[in-house]
Amino acid sequence: MHMANYRLKKGYDIRIAGGAEEVLERASFPESVGLYPSDFYGMTPKPLVEGGERVRIGTPLWHDRRRESLVVTSPASGTVAEVRRGARRALEAVVLRTDGKQQIAAGTPGPPKRISSSARGDIISALCGTGLFPLIRQRPFGTVADPLAAPRDIFVTAMDTAPLAPDQRIILKKHEQEFQRGIDVLASLTAGRVHLCTGGGTDDASAFAGARNVERHRFDGPHPAGNAGVHIHHVAPIRGAGDIVWHCTVQGAILIGRYFLAGAPSFDVTAAVAGPAAAQRRYVETLAGAALSSFAEASDKFPAARFISGNVLTGRNAGADGFLGFGDSLVTIIPEPQKSVFLGWLSPGFSLESFSYSFISRLMPRRRFALDSNRNGSVRAFVATGIYERLLPMDILPSFLLKSILADDIEEMEKLGILEVAPEDFALCEYACPSKTDIQRIIRDGIDLMLKETRESE
Amino acid sequence: MKAHGTIRSAFEKGGRFERLWPLIDAAETFFFRLPVRTAGGTHVRDAYDLKRMMMIVVMALFPCMAFGTYNVGYQFYASAGLPADHLACVLKGLTVIIPLYVVTFAVGGFWEVLFALIRGEEINEGFFVTGALIPLVMPPTIPLWQLALAVSFGVVLGKELFGGTGMNIFNPALVSRAFLFFAYPRSISGAGVWTLTGGTVVDAYTMATPLHLGLEPKGGIVAHLAGNGFDFWRMFTGLEPGSIGETSTVAVLIGALILILTGVGSWRIIVSVFAGGGAMALLCNAFAPSDASMMALPAHYHFVMGGFAFGAVFMATDPVSAAGTNAGKYVYGFLIGVLTIMVRTLNPAYPEGMMLAILFMNLFSPLIDYAVVRLNMRRRLRRAAG
Repeated sequence: MHMANYRLKKGYDIRIAGGAEEVLERASFPESVGLYPSDFYGMTPKPLVEGGERVRIGTPLWHDRRRESLVVTSPASGTVAEVRRGARRALEAVVLRTDGKQQIAAGTPGPPKRISSSARGDIISALCGTGLFPLIRQRPFGTVADPLAAPRDIFVTAMDTAPLAPDQRIILKKHEQEFQRGIDVLASLTAGRVHLCTGGGTDDASAFAGARNVERHRFDGPHPAGNAGVHIHHVAPIRGAGDIVWHCTVQGAILIGRYFLAGAPSFDVTAAVAGPAAAQRRYVETLAGAALSSFAEASDKFPAARFISGNVLTGRNAGADGFLGFGDSLVTIIPEPQKSVFLGWLSPGFSLESFSYSFISRLMPRRRFALDSNRNGSVRAFVATGIYERLLPMDILPSFLLKSILADDIEEMEKLGILEVAPEDFALCEYACPSKTDIQRIIRDGIDLMLKETRESE
Repeated sequence: MKAHGTIRSAFEKGGRFERLWPLIDAAETFFFRLPVRTAGGTHVRDAYDLKRMMMIVVMALFPCMAFGTYNVGYQFYASAGLPADHLACVLKGLTVIIPLYVVTFAVGGFWEVLFALIRGEEINEGFFVTGALIPLVMPPTIPLWQLALAVSFGVVLGKELFGGTGMNIFNPALVSRAFLFFAYPRSISGAGVWTLTGGTVVDAYTMATPLHLGLEPKGGIVAHLAGNGFDFWRMFTGLEPGSIGETSTVAVLIGALILILTGVGSWRIIVSVFAGGGAMALLCNAFAPSDASMMALPAHYHFVMGGFAFGAVFMATDPVSAAGTNAGKYVYGFLIGVLTIMVRTLNPAYPEGMMLAILFMNLFSPLIDYAVVRLNMRRRLRRAAG
């Protein structure tokens, strides 16, 4: 079988303390579940439920205004506790109170019997009807996949290099059959190939060695070597705005496969709890959208802690009373900074995490740091320090792409690679930026602008 | 601490001294790493910031400052033919250096604060590096009022008019020096200004810098320099007349090591300036009409003379005015080296070419980047098509 190796040099692994132990426990069933439209970039949500309404697994909570078949459904049965709206009445979250019965909604479609490209239409409408379809994402732009699009290829990202990322082998464990079925389903959705991208280590590769119906690729290197955008860039790059590639995580493929094996949708997921301020660092089996309080707790060593659904680079500040994001399989808990440090910028830096060799600690690769949410400096003008260029393993000039976005120059943005990237690919640049620029925000603005243009021209 | 809070609130928005907020902010962020939380983007941030980057550059300049201080005193006593111990040299040097730095930072700081207050922006640390550099590229005899004018010119016209730190096209420290060069040429060129003298100069002392001597060599140029006491090792170590911080190649190399090891200065630029200078010097050697021509000067002599090393390490590497792409940095640095040697050897009016070569390439760095960016676009397009 064909297998390619990619050794990436650019990038950096942030040395943050608090990785999850390889212990998997069943979390207590969450009393409440919440879903945030911000986890479904590319959809314009129109709520379909009201406060007090009864829901079951698979009950549509909202749909996309432009493509009504694209829905987000309830992962649990219970009642709608809150339909939260923000500025200009935009939907912010739907919070459900669970009843623990986990009944399936009446109208939920069953999986098509046949998995083949001739049944593609049925498979897509079944995935849409159950609310599983948004587990598939799309490049260009990193949106929720468009059910009407025909993807050239599909990438399954079987690795995660983000700080404190969950071990994909633990997510896969005992779900190998579901994973394989998920891949088979995905394969029926594209005329091209399913690319399975694993880490470079032999363990990573061997856990996924049994996967069939895929083309395998091994990526070796520091973060962001595990990002779907990086994989697509190296294996089969995006050729233009109409060249669509889908991608999916291991967890996503498992949920899709489980639906086809079990006959009904399930949103049971495996998530890691990690971070320097986490009381118990472990893996839990819980529900997509589960209340964080049902399985994650902050250590009392810190006066204030931040609960992040996702990783420290791209996750959402969910709050201790927040919810596990749709598609997230990590909760990171970090301390909030408390004290001012006198002449802090002058220290030799034995105890500070940095990509820069101006800190002694940079020479200690094994050291781990209890990183807090300190911005570590003031916002300054953009200075071309050459740092971004060392953190993006793509043939893209990051500073110039960012400048073209700031200038709203769509033509330049496209030539410089906006079609290939998502904000997450620039998160590491944002981390290391000495000017403390919000780089992911800039990329997001650029993508927003591109999407607006393409929609207007439709 | 309570008083600190009360005073602070008077400067915050709506407070009585709201307009002066940048002052308090600058003082606070200077003295403390404040517990400001991230919001919106990444939840954690690198401990590295622009302030630390600038402080590393200032630290890398310390060897040049220290040696420059000593050398000013040393040349003073040597020109008078007086014996002096090391301490006397340092003390004499300090009497020159301290006023230069006081004036530079007072004038530069004034403009920085004024512009920050007018714009309502935070005062940034951008002037630290510029301010540390300016006295080091001055002759020790520079009148303080001219220095004040030069600093004003460099900061206001060289930087603030472009929008402040990060926006300037030219290196502000070099703009200051260029201003003096054109406005008060007698203070910063010729043979007489590079040593602070007590009025009487003994016959055995050579006032001219090696580069001046190179203009009209008698006999082979290397022998001519050596005859005036400027052998390679003296110029390498730096006990010679010249701009305050530039004479010692050893001190510059220590600074280069700090900049390269910390990743603050671009090794690509530093290496390619030397490569460009070396290549051009070899070319000149090949066409030199005689041993007595400046064109016959070997490359390693060029590297230790004048401001070549200092400019390559501390001026060309300014990330704001240099080329931003990695490929562009090689071209930018190489051409600085080539131009410097070209001016030195082929233009008898200017014995030193470093300052003008860097300013000239500052002007061209956007063009170099433009070319690199177009090449990247073309490569990406071809890749997408294949």
